[in-house]
Amino acid sequence: MASDEVKVIGAWASPFVMRPRIALNLKSVPYEFLQESFGAKSELLLKSNPVHKKIPVLLHADKPVCESNIIVEYVDETWSASGPSMLPSTPYDRAIARFWAAYIDEKWFPSLKSILKAEGEEEKKAVLAQVEEGNALLEKAFNDCSKGKPFFNGDHIGYLDIAFGCFLAWLRVTELAGGHKLIDEVKTPSLSKWAERFCNDPAVKPVMPETATLAEFAKKIFAKPPA
Amino acid sequence: MGDTEEVKLLGVWFSPYAIRPKIALRIKSVDYDYFEEDLFGSKSELLLKSNPVHKKVPVLIHNNKPILESLNIVEYIDETWNASGPSILPSHPHDRAQARFWSAFVDDKWFPALKAAAITKSEEAKEKGMKEVEGGLLQLEEAFVSISKGKPFFGGEAIGFMDICLGSFVGILKAREKLKGEKLLDESKIPFLCKWANEFLSDDTVKNVVPEIDKVVEFLGELEVRAQSAVSKT
Repeated sequence: MASDEVKVIGAWASPFVMRPRIALNLKSVPYEFLQESFGAKSELLLKSNPVHKKIPVLLHADKPVCESNIIVEYVDETWSASGPSMLPSTPYDRAIARFWAAYIDEKWFPSLKSILKAEGEEEKKAVLAQVEEGNALLEKAFNDCSKGKPFFNGDHIGYLDIAFGCFLAWLRVTELAGGHKLIDEVKTPSLSKWAERFCNDPAVKPVMPETATLAEFAKKIFAKPPA
Repeated sequence: MGDTEEVKLLGVWFSPYAIRPKIALRIKSVDYDYFEEDLFGSKSELLLKSNPVHKKVPVLIHNNKPILESLNIVEYIDETWNASGPSILPSHPHDRAQARFWSAFVDDKWFPALKAAAITKSEEAKEKGMKEVEGGLLQLEEAFVSISKGKPFFGGEAIGFMDICLGSFVGILKAREKLKGEKLLDESKIPFLCKWANEFLSDDTVKNVVPEIDKVVEFLGELEVRAQSAVSKT
């Protein structure tokens, strides 16, 4: 009889890995964190996620669940009685949350990543403009979704908070490197306050890396000569 | 849920993504008004207003509220009209996670590989791309066998989320076979998926919703001509 053991295969610096960890913390579910070494993939990872060979992977009673946002929904549904719902209650609000989570992964984060890789002033400017446009959209989305409450999901951190909030440490690293504020009290006042609330939440604090530590790590991985 | 419910769907006849909500609405026996967008022309006011971020179809408008992204729309339909027909998503969290995983695989890896292989001018890239597509189909075959457990669909006895997701591309696969002789639905390699594809196309919720293969063939031919005579722009 398989135990109900929960494990997360991941890496401390990965924003995607943060997602299931925050979700499990929100539901007070204890889990074992299996840290992958940078640059090498473990047997367990390759066996649990043969299709993509990527982290995070959640193992629940040895059954793997892959893809960070899918894992968050799985955690919410499986431990539904153990904490507030991570998705809104109406189908429409849920569709909105999923829409923005997809936007963040498909459009917003790739443009954030490009800031660190951009070469030359022209390219940097263009990419920055993209991210700022995205931030403006997300500021509005926050105001629409939160309806005056502290989080995208209302009173409690939810799916969309996690989907976006997991990138905050990397966002701060990018701001430091570029000398350019992306989320601040002037341009994105609601998001700025939300970011602070999110990062200080007890479910998030233990898994969100310190900006300085992450910045050191970023220097190391981006210092590698192009392949 | 009164009689004044207004459901509109903005789509394009050819789009596999637009087919998805149509099937879901059929499963739940929901009446709706369909608005065809001009594929090669300009986008309608309604589309630009309902989907200002991506300006893409499909869009479902339910009582004036827009819902975007085809699989999101399918989930929305499943949740909103949950009493009006069989469930589209499985009930167990692990099965739901699997359905979402495989549909993300289809949309984020498999179909983009097919699209890229179809439009590339490089023979080498085409060959490499098609190998990836065939490899993906083998993985989907394995997934189908494990998930369906001997039943006709990924969803079991009835069409479900993953059937809708992958099934929306079956028409294109069959059309490419007619147009290009490209046999991706090869019974010798993926026998279960081939059987599933035919079951899917003949299901009541799918028949008359998916475009006729010959129409798709004609359209794919037209797309090629356009691509050759102009710089293509997506």
